[in-house]
Amino acid sequence: MIPGKELRVHPIRDGTVIDHINAGQAMNVLKILGITGSSSAVISVAMNVSSQDIKYKDIVKIEDRELEDKEVDKISLISPNATINIIRDFGVADKHRVELPEMVESMVKCSNPNCISNTNEPVTSKFEVKKDPIRLRCIYCEHVIEENIAEHLI
Amino acid sequence: MTNDRRHIVSMKDFTRDEIDFILERAVTLETLARSGRSDILTGKILALLFYEPSTRTRMSFETAMLRLGGSVLNLGSKEASSIVKGETLADTIRVISTYSDAIVLRHPSEGSARMAAEFASVPIINGGDGAGHHPTQTLLDLYTIKKESHLDNLDIAIVGDLKYGRTVHSLAYALSLYGANITFVSPHQLKMPEQIKGDLKAMGARVSETENLDEVLDSVDVLYITRIQKERFPDPTEYNKVVGAYKITGEHFDSVREDMIIMHPLPRVYEIDSSVDNSPHARYFEQSFYGVPIRMALLTIVLGVDV
Repeated sequence: MIPGKELRVHPIRDGTVIDHINAGQAMNVLKILGITGSSSAVISVAMNVSSQDIKYKDIVKIEDRELEDKEVDKISLISPNATINIIRDFGVADKHRVELPEMVESMVKCSNPNCISNTNEPVTSKFEVKKDPIRLRCIYCEHVIEENIAEHLI
Repeated sequence: MTNDRRHIVSMKDFTRDEIDFILERAVTLETLARSGRSDILTGKILALLFYEPSTRTRMSFETAMLRLGGSVLNLGSKEASSIVKGETLADTIRVISTYSDAIVLRHPSEGSARMAAEFASVPIINGGDGAGHHPTQTLLDLYTIKKESHLDNLDIAIVGDLKYGRTVHSLAYALSLYGANITFVSPHQLKMPEQIKGDLKAMGARVSETENLDEVLDSVDVLYITRIQKERFPDPTEYNKVVGAYKITGEHFDSVREDMIIMHPLPRVYEIDSSVDNSPHARYFEQSFYGVPIRMALLTIVLGVDV
């Protein structure tokens, strides 16, 4: 085996590899995917791995599952450089970087307790997404979320 | 701007050209706002949906509609309406839309006017949404400055609760469209949020701040005073100290510009001594009146009527 190239986790036959996750965000990615200690899915998580592009990164591998668009959008909010690799029969069937949507709906809870979207009105939360750094602006009360976005994900 | 704007929700929806259009329309209507009645909006009904107390906003909208020949529909007390049965605002808006040609909404939740605009089949005018926006107040403030001072090359000091005050955020935003030189004067607990200051600078405003009112008095065209609310201070002694430091009295006018004007969105509590009322600098009661021509202008615009 070539020094420095040892495999930390085994390749998977089918599933998804989420790479280039911002270091420290892997657990939030699992939360987005609804993966808890009691789920039966086979998961591998690598944290604080050296990376040429972003110095340190996290990686999540999920066997036998491909992500839904909404899940990918949520991951983009906490890790805009993440890449999604779809694995089929040990090969990479598709690889793409997550894309920040311009607007997210029903994904983030407004942190303003007095916002109309936090009442019993028949509306879902909607946020405009600004890049560099990521800022979410509630389209109702215009409150801005720019820190700890993961905590506000629905 | 043309007559096609449907809802009046937030000042952030407006360009400078649109604001100028509204202010010009108000100039055209001001004589009528002072006395008389026209038939410009005859046959139109304005619903006033106020979930919170209001004197000036509600009554000036009512006056505006009556001067234009239209009629007004009032919600009355909340207790006598379906709101106490738990009806959602969305449902109320859908229903009132079928009774009226436009709706003025004041509601305690931020973002309520934006949501109402999604459900309404008639124009929504935001009459104040919690600590959010109050665009018709900002527009009447701009109109006052235009009439009683000048919007170009303006030096203005905005004084008081700049952290929580809903009117000052909208006003500062709108003034930045005119490249104003804005000085924020407040106690350190109530400073303008950094994020808003950054936005204002990015939009072209020149922004500075101080805790000392005396530093700016002799260099401004407009002194815009706001109320400092007691509940923002856990310690009443601290509140009393702050209120005293920002109170305007006749003694402040020795070195001010001759044409400096004092504005206040009212109601005032302790911020301006009543001895100032007869000073040539006081404009806050005239400012209140200007709510009528501005609201007349907005009503004609959202209802698509040329003047």
